[in-house]
Amino acid sequence: MLDISAWFNDLLADNLIFTPTTLGYYWEGLVTTTQLVFLSLVAGLILAVPLAIMRSSKHKWISLPVYFYTYVFRGTPLLIQLYIIYYGVVFIDGIQETFLWPVLREAFYPALIAFTLNTAAYTTEIFRGAIKATSKGEIEAARAYGMSQSLMMRRIILPSAFRRALPAYGNEVIFMLHASAIASVVTLMDLTGAARFVYARFYAPFDAFLFVAAIYLCLTFAILYFFRFLEKKLLAHLRPQNS
Amino acid sequence: MLDLQGYGPRLIEGAGVTVQLAVLSLILAIILGLLTASAKMSRNWFLRRTATVYTTVIRGVPDLVLMMLLFFGGQIGVNAISDMLYYNYEIDIYINFNAFAAGVLTIGFIFGAYMGETFRGAFMAVDNGQIEAGKAYGMSDALVFRRIRFPQMMRHALPGLSNNWMVLLKTTALVSVIGLTDMVRVAAEASRATHEPFVFLIPVAVAYLLIASVSEWIFARLQKRYDIGFGGQ
Repeated sequence: MLDISAWFNDLLADNLIFTPTTLGYYWEGLVTTTQLVFLSLVAGLILAVPLAIMRSSKHKWISLPVYFYTYVFRGTPLLIQLYIIYYGVVFIDGIQETFLWPVLREAFYPALIAFTLNTAAYTTEIFRGAIKATSKGEIEAARAYGMSQSLMMRRIILPSAFRRALPAYGNEVIFMLHASAIASVVTLMDLTGAARFVYARFYAPFDAFLFVAAIYLCLTFAILYFFRFLEKKLLAHLRPQNS
Repeated sequence: MLDLQGYGPRLIEGAGVTVQLAVLSLILAIILGLLTASAKMSRNWFLRRTATVYTTVIRGVPDLVLMMLLFFGGQIGVNAISDMLYYNYEIDIYINFNAFAAGVLTIGFIFGAYMGETFRGAFMAVDNGQIEAGKAYGMSDALVFRRIRFPQMMRHALPGLSNNWMVLLKTTALVSVIGLTDMVRVAAEASRATHEPFVFLIPVAVAYLLIASVSEWIFARLQKRYDIGFGGQ
């Protein structure tokens, strides 16, 4: 253990930019980015399941409002959504007196809300596509067994739809990781924020941004392989035999 | 009625910047995408490798980070090159690294990678017999490309192309962060100055939706054109 830290100190000794202090900033940035992306993905996923079911409803007055929501959030830049929530939240009447204010005042939570609403919109459409692609035979079989609409949704449609949605959802997770870089615009010290800080401090754009690009690349590959692993596990029954 | 407090003309100018930036980057991205797709399908090992590294790295790093790298690093890089030229060869040139050009270059460079993947898939979907038939007629490679491969490839590429364009359009919003005055930057400045964010940001959001709807219509027409002769499949 001592060896490693001595080696590490030697490595950093000649380096003016990547000192333990700046690496600390990058580490904090990594923690913020991970929290932001993970929390917004989980919240977005929880929102997206009921929304996707509503979106695939036969009744126009249920599906249309959800379509409007996904259309607006998928058709406008995330940066605009972030600005609207970040600058706009102050102007909700009386919000400064409520218990929510201390939470919403920090940049983290407006960013989290914007990211959640954005990813929920994309995920809703992914799930809707997967629900729509459920084969007619499965639904007929479930009906023949006398399943109610909700039981059929829970036992037949959703489990297979989730599996079908997996590859597209993996892309969405990577997209979200990359989109989270704009959190640095509203003063959050995420990975990109840390890189901007180091750049401004040392005026060394190549060192600061290439390093952070390498971190993002590693994270992207980690997500990619995780989803490949999941697909292998969960979609095993769809693979051709002897492959 | 909507009161833009004198920011109206600047917002419209900003919208112009957004559209120009998006269209120019799209053109660059299509050129780079075609080159990348050809490199990926070439027999040359080195070209294939380079194209794979390009598409993998670009698609693994956030757009904003690449943009900042090129934008903040670009001027330093350009200065270093002109210094080098001056000291070694006494060539005295000064290149000003313009923000708009940096934006077009970065977005074009990023989406070139995505277009490369789209075009590669589309090229592979063109029936080989068609290309052989073209060669049998004595067409040169360039002529085969122009008359046979490209028109048939476009039919398969258009859905992906339209998708990439929609993402590209939204990506242009990021240039406001690195100092270009597009409509997002004008709206953000205006909402900070007047403390009325909704008045400026919501019209800009609607403008994005409008541009997206118009381009959707254009792509539908293009698709119809390239589908001629395929019985409307």
